[in-house]
This record gives sequence, structure tokens and C-alpha cells, in this order.
Amino acid sequence: MATQHSQSADRLTMAPPAPKPESQPAAADHQSGTKHARTAARLMMAPAVILLLGWMLVPLTMTLYFSFKKFLPLRGGDLGWVGFDNYVRFVSSSAFWPSVQATLVIVGGVLAITVVLGVLLATLLNQPMWGRGVVRILVIAPFFVMPTVSALVWKNMFMDPVNGLLAHVWRAFGAEPLVWLTEASTQSIILIVSWQWLPFATLILLTAIQSLDSEQLEAAEMDGAPPVKRFAYITLPHLSRAITVVLLIQTIFLLSIFAEIFVTTQGAFGTKTLTYLIFQRVLESQNIGLGSAGGVYAIILANIVAIFLMRIVGKNLDA
Amino acid sequence: MARAITSQRKALNTALAWGVGLLIFFPILWTILTSFKTEAQAISDPPVFLFFDWTLENYSVVQQRSDYGRFLWNSIIIAGGSTILGIIIAVPAAWSMAFVPSKRTKDILLWMLSTKMLPAVGVLYPIYLIFIKLGLLDTKTGLVIVLMLINLPIIVWMLYTYFKEIPGEILEAARMDGATLREEVLYILTPMAIPGIASTLLLNVILAWNEAFWTLNLTAAKAAPLTAFIASYSSPEGLFYAKLSAASTMAIAPILILGWFSQKQLVSGLTFGAVK
Amino acid sequence: MFAKYALGAATAISLIAAGSASAETITIATVNNGDMIRMQGLTDDFTTKTGHVVEWVTLEENVLRQRVTTDITTKGGQFDIMTIGMYETPIWGRNGWLVPLDDLPAEYDADDILPAMRGGLSVDGTLYAAPFYGESSMIMYRTDLMEKAGLEMPDAPTWEFVAGAARAMTDKDNGIYGICLRGKAGWGENMAFLTATANAFGARWFDENWQAQFDQPEWKETLEFYVNLMNDAGPPGASNNGFNENLSLFQQGKCGMWIDATVAASFVTNPDDSTVANKVGFALAPDTGKGKRGNWLWAWALGIPAGTQKTDAAKEFIQWATSKEYIELVAAKEGWANVPPGARTSLYEDPNYKDVPFARMTLESILSADPTNPTVDPVPYVGIQFAAIPEFAGIAGQVGQEFAAALAGQQSVDEALAKAQALTTDEMEAAGY
Repeated sequence: MATQHSQSADRLTMAPPAPKPESQPAAADHQSGTKHARTAARLMMAPAVILLLGWMLVPLTMTLYFSFKKFLPLRGGDLGWVGFDNYVRFVSSSAFWPSVQATLVIVGGVLAITVVLGVLLATLLNQPMWGRGVVRILVIAPFFVMPTVSALVWKNMFMDPVNGLLAHVWRAFGAEPLVWLTEASTQSIILIVSWQWLPFATLILLTAIQSLDSEQLEAAEMDGAPPVKRFAYITLPHLSRAITVVLLIQTIFLLSIFAEIFVTTQGAFGTKTLTYLIFQRVLESQNIGLGSAGGVYAIILANIVAIFLMRIVGKNLDA
Repeated sequence: MARAITSQRKALNTALAWGVGLLIFFPILWTILTSFKTEAQAISDPPVFLFFDWTLENYSVVQQRSDYGRFLWNSIIIAGGSTILGIIIAVPAAWSMAFVPSKRTKDILLWMLSTKMLPAVGVLYPIYLIFIKLGLLDTKTGLVIVLMLINLPIIVWMLYTYFKEIPGEILEAARMDGATLREEVLYILTPMAIPGIASTLLLNVILAWNEAFWTLNLTAAKAAPLTAFIASYSSPEGLFYAKLSAASTMAIAPILILGWFSQKQLVSGLTFGAVK
Repeated sequence: MFAKYALGAATAISLIAAGSASAETITIATVNNGDMIRMQGLTDDFTTKTGHVVEWVTLEENVLRQRVTTDITTKGGQFDIMTIGMYETPIWGRNGWLVPLDDLPAEYDADDILPAMRGGLSVDGTLYAAPFYGESSMIMYRTDLMEKAGLEMPDAPTWEFVAGAARAMTDKDNGIYGICLRGKAGWGENMAFLTATANAFGARWFDENWQAQFDQPEWKETLEFYVNLMNDAGPPGASNNGFNENLSLFQQGKCGMWIDATVAASFVTNPDDSTVANKVGFALAPDTGKGKRGNWLWAWALGIPAGTQKTDAAKEFIQWATSKEYIELVAAKEGWANVPPGARTSLYEDPNYKDVPFARMTLESILSADPTNPTVDPVPYVGIQFAAIPEFAGIAGQVGQEFAAALAGQQSVDEALAKAQALTTDEMEAAGY
């Protein structure tokens, strides 16, 4: 039995057969092996955990330290402890709540668009068609584009109200070109970011759809269930796990989007996210203390979102 | 009859999918096309699509102004190095999470992901100071480390989900046969997880390649990758669409080509445990 | 103690010796403006002459500023030369972050630097950065469109005339907009223009006690005038237009007038890039009869961060790049219209340069700008389109966003001014004024 297994493993992996220890009895080896494995497991996890702990704690400690200081590099640097002044000032500034709102709107908007369109696109790509490989390449391409580049391209070559391609399209229909980055600033950012992340969502959802049991769908079709019902009662529940993953991973990346805003609106017209507000405090105002306090708030916000997400994900991801 | 309907539906699907695909791809296509136009053609009204005097002038101007090869090389080293280093560190961690799970495994995993939520701008100043102390500013080593740390949670997560799919009996059997832990990981798990590792590798090379905050702020002349290359073309004086397009094409082309060649890997492997 | 000092001195001497004997590699951070790109292309001339090699870090203006500021405040030492402006130089120089440039050799002729530029780049009479090129602002207008509108541009127009002409030239159906002005938020973008313009309307940023003045009628008049004019005669999406966007519009022939940096003159008259190269006239920035014109003063200058090991090589580079010989080198290769303007008096005395169409107006604009006395009413700060205090960039960045939103019609002029007043007061209190 054991030999058989071993053989199959070897065949599967094309790895050289594991050498057999001669001296120890098998049972004892197995026992100590489990214990041994526990210790080894901890050791094996250690590098990753320690590195990430360091990566989290060192900057976090320094951020906390600066956040209680009046620290203005252009005015001589460290000007002493100020208690919670920076924290109070950061939230009481008129820009704070709008920035939290902008963050949530942009993240929420992109998530909604990418998930909805992602499901539709994945369903479409799963249908029989000619040249599916090429279509798939076309669809995933935006994911390979640097955020800076995609923001530059969208801003200049598409959304520019005079020379942009969209302006030409608008004029072709006799309409006054839309001044995207002013009149629809938040929507424009959501559009750009969604374009970048739609491929990611589509890919994950596509793999999930492909794993769907086609017999079940066919049976439902035989029973005369209309496509919409089949989609709602079979496909969608099957995708819930994939959707959760998309939501989780994308939220992590979307909370910190920066380049897209920096290149396009620079935070004007209601697109100033929390990340961007911190950037302004730290780099434009050169107020490290205030910016650090903002950083702490951002961490708190991120964790609220994270806990919220993990509640859902944790349930959905239980192995 | 049924056959006719099927092929009709297939044609419809094909048309629809190609339409959507081209629409999504269009911004990239347009950028590539514009890079072969003159500056005047790039802004002509009405816009010209294919029938213009194709020119390579923009590429030669860009190459003359900045040494593309050096930025490219830095990008390759930084993206490749950080990913490989990350995988070396993540494989053992993911292995132990997948096969010797404890009560805290999931918490650790989620905690790792949460470290990614630290806003980079908020810690630029501290990190910059640390980099000065360690002499890591404007070095590829420094960026390899930072990008590895940024992407490590994603790498661990992805590998964990692949490892979990490997049936435990195989390991059990190997263990019965007396394989040591090292052998188990090296000869059994890793080969089985090769497709998973490949797609992890790809995804993280893409993420590292496109990271534009740390790569821009922690480099000067020596270690600057393609993100810095782009920053010198983003809004120059005068007409610049064609040159910007050429620079953009040069910055994204390597990763686009890599992605296209390996898309099967990426597509089949990119699940994040979403498929059971 | 003495031994340590002696050792230090010995090291210093050996360093200098090594520096002058061997070739160095210096790293220069610069902005991606046309004149700097040209300088990059001519680096070989410097390397041939001195043996030093140059590594360029060329970045877009916002990224550059973020990058060099981080490096200088943390003493990161990544750059041997930084390209900075008239805003940063006095602040950094006062903090002792820049190497003084008071020991440049006689043949460099530092006295030849235009006094206005020299003043703006010095702290207490010591030069901290050498101007690579300098600029003021002026009106660039389309002579053909002006004629078509039946008007004639005087050398020193008023805002009233400019606004009237802009409305008369506008032909939106044909994509002609009477006036292109900066609208993109940013202290170096719309706020540079608006602060300078406000000076002409009699407004100011702060009174003598550092109290914000956005609640005063002069600011309201300025902003209303600007918003109304842009709505009537400006291009669509003006609130996203900065220098580069407007330059591109003007080159395409879509603007009747454009009030912006004098350096733009060489771009709009360059037939390679501009479709209207031979139809451009120049005039001084407009006033309102209150005694101040809205023309600013700026220089892109090269400074050496204190702490670099390669001070000597860096100084050699600065001497090369800001010398009379460099101007001649560019003139020989690219023509007189393309030399870096606004830095040296001798350039404007050169008979070759007198033929350049925008030379006279550029010099007159620069000479009429006075950063030490920028406003109608007295102010405690120096600077025309900025106030040279460390807080300004941060505050003006935010005020700029409020004003851009007013231009875009997302809030009223009164709302924008009220917000500007509140946030400026708040920031100034936080800074301890």
C-alpha cells in the first residue's frame, strides 16, 4: 500500500524516489515526524512572519512617534512633542471627511463595476466562440499596464476635452465634449481604475465559472429553466467564493491608489482620497507630524474595512 | 436544426466577445498607433486611425534622450529579484500553513494581507531615513527588498491556496516512506505546485514591474526602473502625445509580451483559492 | 582634539586633491523642460572639457519637487546638483542646506546675472543657486486674430482691454478661444497666475500681520473677473489646463491670447512645433491702473546640496551650464531663439539676440517685476506669484484646488474664497504665525 502510494507520487512529480531510512522503525518515525513537522512548520513560517512583522512595526512605530511631534522639516525639523494636536488637526480640517467619502466612493465604485462587468465578461468568455485565446489576451491586457501609464494615456489621449478621442466622438454626435476630469472627476478616476482591474476580476471569475459543473446547468436547461434563472440560481452562487476573493484582493490594492489621482486631477474636484490627503500633508505642506497622524487614521480605516471584509471572507474561505 | 442554432449562437458570441475585447484593448492599441505618428498627426482633427505616415522618429528621440536599456535592466532585476526572493521566503511559510495548519493559520494569513494596507505615502519619510542609514537609497538591493516585502503577503496567499489543493495522502505516503521534510517540500510538493508557483511568479512580476511609488521615491540615477523613465515624459512642454506614446509603449511592452506569452499559465493559475 | 581637527583637515585636503585630479561622476536632478533636455543633449561638451561624467535624473516637475525636497530635508545625499526655483532657494539657503556659490571665478562673471534673478536666488547677498534660465510672464497673442477682431494690442494693455479683446476674438464654433489662462490646481500652476494677477488688482495674500486676505474685496474682484472671462472666452476644461496644456493649445492655433511664462515665446514661435509661429505678438502682462502689473518672476536654477562629496565637480558643472559660453554653444547648435533666456544681462546686449522677436518684451517684463515689493499694499513676504515662506506651497496647493473648482463652476467664487480664507488661517495658525 505504502509502496503504491509512493510510486504514484513519484510518477506524478517525476522526482527521484525518497531515500528510505534504514535504522528507525516506521511507527516511531511517523510519531516524531508529526512533532518534528510542527516545529519545522514554525521554523519555516518564521522568516516570512518576522520580515512582515518588521516591515509593519518599524514604520508603524516611527509613524506613531512622528504623529505626536510637531515635525516640520522646512522649519528646522523636530519642534517637540505636541500630544494629540496633529490628530485633532487632521480630522478637524475641512478636507478630512470629504476625503474619507472620496476613498469609499472610489473603492466602492471600482469594486461594483469590476465585479458586475467581470461576471458578465467571464460568462461571455466561457461561451463557445472562435478565437477565444485572442479575445482573452485582449481582455487581460490592461492589467499589464503601469498605473502611471494608463492614467497618462486616459488623461491626455482620451479625456482631454480638446484633443482627446472621446471629445472627437462627442463632437461627431454634435455634442459639446465632456470635460471629464472636471465635470465627472470621480467617475473618470473610477473608469480608469476599473479599466485596469477589470481583467483581474474577469480572470478569477472565469476560472471559477470554468469549474462549474456543466451537467448541472444542462439539467436545468432540460428542465426548461430560463437563462436568467440558471444564471441566478446556479452560476452566481457558485461564483460567490470567487467574488469574495476579488473583493478582498482588490480592496487591498484600491485603498492605496495614488498614481491615477496624482497624474490626473491631483486631488482637485472631489477626488482627494485619504491617501492623497496624507500625501499633501507630508510632501506638499512638509508637515510630517500631521501627515503621520493622517497615516494612523488611514491604518485605522484600512483595518475597519479589513475586519469587515474578513468577516465575510473568513466565512467564505473556510476550507 | 439544433446545429444551426448552436453555430448561430457561436457567431453571436464571437462577435460580442471580439467587440468587447477590442473595446477594452483599444486604449493600448491607440497608444501603440500614436507612437508611430508625428506629433502633428497625433492631434489631427479628425483623428487618423491607420492611414498616416508611419515613423519611428519618436522612438529614436526617446532613446536619444534617455537610455532605455538601463531602465529596462533595472526593472527586470527589481521585478524579477523581488519576486524570486519573495517566493523563496514564501514557499516554506505557505507549506507549513497548508499542511501543518493551526488555529492561528488563518489569522496569520489575513494579518499578512493587512500589512499591505499601510498607506505608502504616510511612511515615506521613515522609510527614507532608514534607507539612508542602511545605505540602500538608489540601490537595486533596496528596491528588491521593499518590493519583496510589499508583495510577500500576496505570494504567501497564492502559494497557500495552491498547496492546499495538493491531496494530503500523497504527503502522508511519502512520509510513510520516510521522506524527510526537506525532501517532501523539494521533491514532492514543489514539482506538484509548479503551475501555481509559475502563476504566482507572473502575477508578482507584473505587480512589481508596475509599482510606481517606492521605485520612484527611493531611486535617483543608478537604480531607477521604467516607472522613473515614464516620469520624465509625463508632461513635457509642447506637443507630446506621440513621444509620450512611444515612451509608454516602451515601458509596457516587455511586460505585455511576457504576459501574452504566458497568459495560459496566468489564466489557469490565478485563482487565489477561489475555485474549490 | 587638535589631532582630530588636523586629521579632518588632512582628509579634506586629500579629498580636494583627489577631486581635482580625478574625474567624478555627478548626479543631477532636473525638470523635463525643453531647455533642460537641450542641456542634457549637450553634456558631452562638459565631459570633454572637464572629464567629469554626468548622470541625469530627469523628472516631471511635480515628481521632481517631491523627490528633491524629500532628499534635502532628510539629507539623503542622492544628488550633487538639484534644479530648484526661486521659491525653494531662499528657504533652503537660509536653512544651510545649499552650498553658497559666492566663490565662483572671475571669468564666470557673476555680476552679469540679471539683478532681479540674483536677488531672488540669494540670502543676505549670498548666491545659493545659479539661474539656468529666468522668466517673467507676458501676453502672447495672435496678430492675425487681433487684426480680424479689428483691434490693436498696445505694448502695455489693461485687463479691461485684454478681456474685451478676448471676447471679441472668441469663435467657439471654429475652436478659437480668445484667451487661455492657467486653471489647473497647483501652487506653481493656477496659483502662480492668480497670485500675480491679484497683485495687479490690488489684492495680497497676507497683511503685515500675516493675516490671510481672501475675505477682502480685491480678491473677490480678481477671482470673479477671471472666472467670468474664462467662461466667456476660455477653452473647455480650462480648470485642467496648466502651462503645458495651454502651450499645446496655443501651438495648435486654438488660443487668441495666452498670458504665461516668457520662456513659452520660443516654443510658440518655433515653426517645428507651432502652427502659428509667424503670427505671434507680445505685450506686457496687463494691469488695472493700480500701479502693479501681473507679471511674475521665476528662475530655474542649479543649486548644490550641502553634504555632497563632489562640491568641486558640481561647481564646475554649474559654471559650465550657466555661463556665457553655454549660451553661445546653444546658439551655434540650435539658433539664438533657443538659448536659455532671462539669466544674464550680456545676452540682451548681444546684437545677435536683438533680432529674436520676443527678446525685448521678455527683458522688459523681467525688469518690471519686483519680488521685494510685489503688491499695491505692503506685505511681509517676498515673491510675486508666491510668498517665500515654507508653508506657502502646501497652502496654495489647497487654495488652488478651491479656485479651480470655482472656475469649473462646482462652487461659487464666494464659497471658494471663504474656504481659502478658512484653510489659510488654519494653516498659518498651525505654523505658529
